[in-house]
Amino acid sequence: MSALAGIRVVELAHERMAFAGKLLGDMGADVVLVEPPGGCPMRRCEPFVDDVPDPERSLTWWHYHTSKRGAVLDWRHPDGRAALRALLARADILLEAEDPGVLAENGCDDTALTGALPRLVHVSMTPFGPTGERRHELATDLTLLAGGGPVWSCGYDDHDLPPIRGGGGQGYAIGCHYAVLSALTALLHRELGGRGQRVDVSMHAAANVTTEMGSYCWLVHRGTVQRQTGRHANEMMSMPSQMRCTDGRYVNTGLPPRTPQEFGRLLAWLRALGLEEELPEAVFLQMGAERHGRIDLSKIGSDDEVTAIFGAGREALTFIASRVTAQEFFLGAQKVGLPVGVIYSPEEAFEDPHFVARGMQVEVAQPQLGRTVRYPGPPYAFEKTRWTISRPAPTLGQHTEEVLAEAGIDVAPLRASGVLGRS
Amino acid sequence: MTTRRRALEGIRVCDFTGQLAGAGATKWLAAFGADVIRIEDPVNQGAWDILRMMPPFADERRGPDFGGGFNNHNTEKRGITLNLRTPRGKELLAALVERSDVVTENFAAGVLDRWGFGYEALRRIKPNIVYVSNCGFGHVGPYAAFKTWGPIVQALSGLTFTSGLPGMEPAGWGYSYMDHTGGYYMAIAVLLALIHRQRTGEGQWVDMACCDAGLTLNGPAILDYTVNRRPMRRDGQPNGNRSDWPRMAPHGIYRAAGDDEWIAIACRSDADWSACAAAIDQDWARQARWSTLSGRLADQDEIDAKLNEWCSARGKFDLQRRLQAAGIPAAAVQKPEERIDRDPATAELDLWPTVRHSKIGDIRVDGLPVRFSETPWSIRRGGPCVGEHTEEVLTELLGLSGEDVARLRAEGVV
Repeated sequence: MSALAGIRVVELAHERMAFAGKLLGDMGADVVLVEPPGGCPMRRCEPFVDDVPDPERSLTWWHYHTSKRGAVLDWRHPDGRAALRALLARADILLEAEDPGVLAENGCDDTALTGALPRLVHVSMTPFGPTGERRHELATDLTLLAGGGPVWSCGYDDHDLPPIRGGGGQGYAIGCHYAVLSALTALLHRELGGRGQRVDVSMHAAANVTTEMGSYCWLVHRGTVQRQTGRHANEMMSMPSQMRCTDGRYVNTGLPPRTPQEFGRLLAWLRALGLEEELPEAVFLQMGAERHGRIDLSKIGSDDEVTAIFGAGREALTFIASRVTAQEFFLGAQKVGLPVGVIYSPEEAFEDPHFVARGMQVEVAQPQLGRTVRYPGPPYAFEKTRWTISRPAPTLGQHTEEVLAEAGIDVAPLRASGVLGRS
Repeated sequence: MTTRRRALEGIRVCDFTGQLAGAGATKWLAAFGADVIRIEDPVNQGAWDILRMMPPFADERRGPDFGGGFNNHNTEKRGITLNLRTPRGKELLAALVERSDVVTENFAAGVLDRWGFGYEALRRIKPNIVYVSNCGFGHVGPYAAFKTWGPIVQALSGLTFTSGLPGMEPAGWGYSYMDHTGGYYMAIAVLLALIHRQRTGEGQWVDMACCDAGLTLNGPAILDYTVNRRPMRRDGQPNGNRSDWPRMAPHGIYRAAGDDEWIAIACRSDADWSACAAAIDQDWARQARWSTLSGRLADQDEIDAKLNEWCSARGKFDLQRRLQAAGIPAAAVQKPEERIDRDPATAELDLWPTVRHSKIGDIRVDGLPVRFSETPWSIRRGGPCVGEHTEEVLTELLGLSGEDVARLRAEGVV
């Protein structure tokens, strides 16, 4: 059984909300994705299968709309609105990300759309919230991350280069994570005896509280962090933490050793690689290994021996990284007990044996191709209520008749008035 | 229907989490009224959560009760200490688990098990317990014994790689994005498991791995690889602040007037660029060959250079106003001070509530970016000091007397 089996979700198709619907659908909710006639603009988003632009070949669409059924319904038309209302009357959750005022302008204000549906959880997500002076500002993933804080912390030591936006649509993802948290919190409240409610999610605010030290250094003592290459933005510059290995790939050298055991194992690794003679600081690794107890980091700079030992740990890691491949460095240092990482591209992560063993490659039958396609797997492993991609993303209008019939809606007149698009 | 004022009232969480990847999850639950009880080690004064003594600090005081990040991530929770090396400590924990709905932890794999409180043991104490563990690589798989923290998760999952300029080393994320996000998934997992338990009576274990969650955040790139066999590691990638999916040009972060001031601009369509060119009002912007996306894509470097020059003579907020008025998505890259103290969109939501911390005093923290019509969140109490609520919890929940607690204190159990 799925965690959300029997929970009905209506999602008004919008690129900003797509990921939230997937997260609920993959956990078993019955998600009906409502598109306008002609289809959601997101169907025209790259990349396309074989680079052939086609609303049924967008891989962005495929990824973000798994485990949903699709219906075409023009809710801007009075007949379509009535049908949407009928779908909502039997739904548990409404997900929508229309710009502020758009639903109301089309006859779908809260009274018309969700009034007298006390069990419904209505999650509305907008760039800046539904009220306030910035509510009508336009936004994309880039501008949300730029205005909301994350971008200020990301980039290079060289501040002549612009700050950098992390890839993959994370501005939308952050908003969708909060949309899902909100939907489930309101749903649980209802299941515990409360009523449904409306929740407004501000994507700009969501980015603002997803900046870690960027925000709380200011909140706590009016400190401003400064971006640095590949490591935490901070109020003071820290040592570099990325190294290029012999295969051209980079690693994150993580946290240097602090315990005698870690120094001992690092030295043993250096010896096993035959590199001890080439690193003059190796002698300090030996001293670190022979110390009693954890190295007191607060003594760095004041105690010469501690400074030398700690510095040697960092030097040794950097030196080894320059002499082995990224994968060798990652596996070797982790076996020493140090948290370091190889910087994978998305496809390298996807093919890594650990992720494969954890079921992160999932085969989904893809009717457009007549074969299965490998998708990224579950973000969490539930013991009993398994995450699953129950179906591929819907083709345009694929389930219109089925969905409307289940709600007892007469399809023929709607078809005639054009609110279901072309048959 | 009863009148429930807090969405999660009546839910009790036995919380072993720390840092942001775990504490962030239970912060959400506590803000909606769940009774989140942090359990910490009296011997090392809760030092496992290193944020307890990490900067920033509000004043000159130091120690486990003064870490600014800890306070930020642990609002509205109670905190107790229990020495799980002692039999009595274990007994008390078992009694607490019996009275809880959820157990959360983000230790390295196997730690809770070694203390005798692995999932099977928890289930014997409370058959329908919801147990959510969260560690970097998860409890199962070849790297289960490996260690991580936020930047390592980001490196392994592809997120560091996709942030950077072509031909340069990765810029990555300048903070632990995956600690925040791991916390979101952990809270989602708790809620999903509670909803399932509410409807079926059945508890379960969720094995959360931050790396798994991170891997799923580059979905279209992975499908481009599995379907089109096109890897992201290739010349010209990652392409910094440009946009391939959906394809837009110009699209980037440009220098504005002042020291380290920047403006982000995204022209989504030909119409956006035409409006942008009108706002720029200079001949170079009106070139006919740039009226189509393909024309602009071919000349991206040139357009970016011109835009950079034009923007660098103007203030970032002026640019934001002017371009927004023309119908183009544009946003000043805001510094913390600007978005926290001078942005009407965060002020309006009361996004930075002031909490009262028993020792630090009144201090602002991250709020939640949501508004619930019936059951609003509330963040008023600061993070707990080490053992701040030990007596309160043990007397109120486990029926101990004040003298019992004093004895336990003398015996080193709490």
